Amino acid sequence: MAKEDMELIKDGRRLDGRKFDELREIKIEVGVLSRAMGSAYIEWGKNKVLAGVYGPRELHPKYLRDPRKARLRCIYNLAPFSVEDRKRPGPDRRSVEISKVSSDALSSVVMLEEYPNTGIDIFIEILQADAGTRCVGLNAASVALADAGIPMKDIISSCAAGKVNGEIVLDLMKEEDNLGECDLPVAIMPRKKEVVLLQMDGKLTKDEFKKAYELAVDGAMRVYEMQKEALISSVNDVIIGE
Amino acid sequence: MEIEAYLRKDYITNLVREGKRLDGRRFDEYRNIEIEKDYVGEKACGSALVRLGDTKVLVGISLNVGEPYPDAPEEGVMTVSAELRPLASPSFEAGPPGEEAIEVARVVDRGIRESKAIEMEKLFIEEGKVWIIFVDIHVLDQGGNMIDASGIASIAALLNTRMPRYEDDQIIRGEWSGKLPISCVPVPCTSVKIGDSILIDPGLDEEYAMDARLTVATTDTINAMQKGGQGTLKEDEILSTIDLSFEKGNEIRKLIQCP
Repeated sequence: MAKEDMELIKDGRRLDGRKFDELREIKIEVGVLSRAMGSAYIEWGKNKVLAGVYGPRELHPKYLRDPRKARLRCIYNLAPFSVEDRKRPGPDRRSVEISKVSSDALSSVVMLEEYPNTGIDIFIEILQADAGTRCVGLNAASVALADAGIPMKDIISSCAAGKVNGEIVLDLMKEEDNLGECDLPVAIMPRKKEVVLLQMDGKLTKDEFKKAYELAVDGAMRVYEMQKEALISSVNDVIIGE
Repeated sequence: MEIEAYLRKDYITNLVREGKRLDGRRFDEYRNIEIEKDYVGEKACGSALVRLGDTKVLVGISLNVGEPYPDAPEEGVMTVSAELRPLASPSFEAGPPGEEAIEVARVVDRGIRESKAIEMEKLFIEEGKVWIIFVDIHVLDQGGNMIDASGIASIAALLNTRMPRYEDDQIIRGEWSGKLPISCVPVPCTSVKIGDSILIDPGLDEEYAMDARLTVATTDTINAMQKGGQGTLKEDEILSTIDLSFEKGNEIRKLIQCP
């Protein structure tokens, strides 16, 4: 098969010229939607992702209400035009799974006990997709939660690593995701470096896993700094009145 | 249901803190595993029933002829679906698969697909025609750890699968020509974190009590991983769970390969 033969790495550089441990270009904007409680927009390489937070608000249907805490629901949605072959609108199995693991990840940082009986809804819209969208979506969602002023134990920072032509590399782009040997998205609470999301598919030995995991965590820590910077400058804008 | 689960969580968490489990198992001990291949052998191309403690999962395999994916025109196609039947638990409802069922199916799918357990290139018939393999997971009794029971039953059923005879562009039902080509046996092993302890093969109550969950599907390498639950995992916990999953995966693989 041609998969392994395809040259994704040449002279220690990747298709887009990146080094193995280099992230794509990332731009984070805070507070981009007027009606949501909090929102964020991230451009990450060719990915364009929007996240909005609604709530805490009344939760329907009623039987979902939990008298001990809020119920957090995260919906990940891929726009039909976000990929080359149009995606049929509505949830498919992949989106449902990503929504589930993202809800779990975000539930681990949001202080849900503060808002019993309510619902917190987070919507992630992938406007343009180029691999790594669940990580970008989580990064945007947690910035949007912070923008909404919802109390959290920590923010979530996320990045993927993987294996391409036998090399462990950071932040796979589309070609590397399609033709590479492995993808490992990781999301952490940066202050404690504890994992809130981890998925993997492909082929890795334990040593390779350790290397890829540490690279992904390192990438997430760099994203963390950008998330903080974006949030701080959004607050400064308000104070200075820009 | 909710309140009872909440009370049981406290009880189980305290028990685990004392180093004990509800059913007396060690933390690294699976429940009894029974694999019954060819459980519904008259119609389906392959099948297996797995009893993991009191969890029961039946997997049936059906084969059809259809179109390949455009990006792999000379390979067969596999789809994995899971149904959490309402007879299996008071919390399961009839209707299309929910997120829990989809997660089970997708984690099992990844283990089989990424390990290349099915020799897909041998399932090519002619241009535009390949074998399509349907792996249908039926959870019949939910006693906890559906992912492992489903994964074990799926690969056991695939090992048990016969190829229907195919002549003059037609499948001749009830006649067979050889076995489905399988190259390796991926096994998912699921552990949960309760307090600061890691327990393999959670029972139903332990699933209610868990903070986080980690599934590692292995062959001679890691082929799929999935973290679940609303709690967090530390790096050393992940690495030790990988070691345990390799060890237990090897033991379970021997069970599956028993004729």
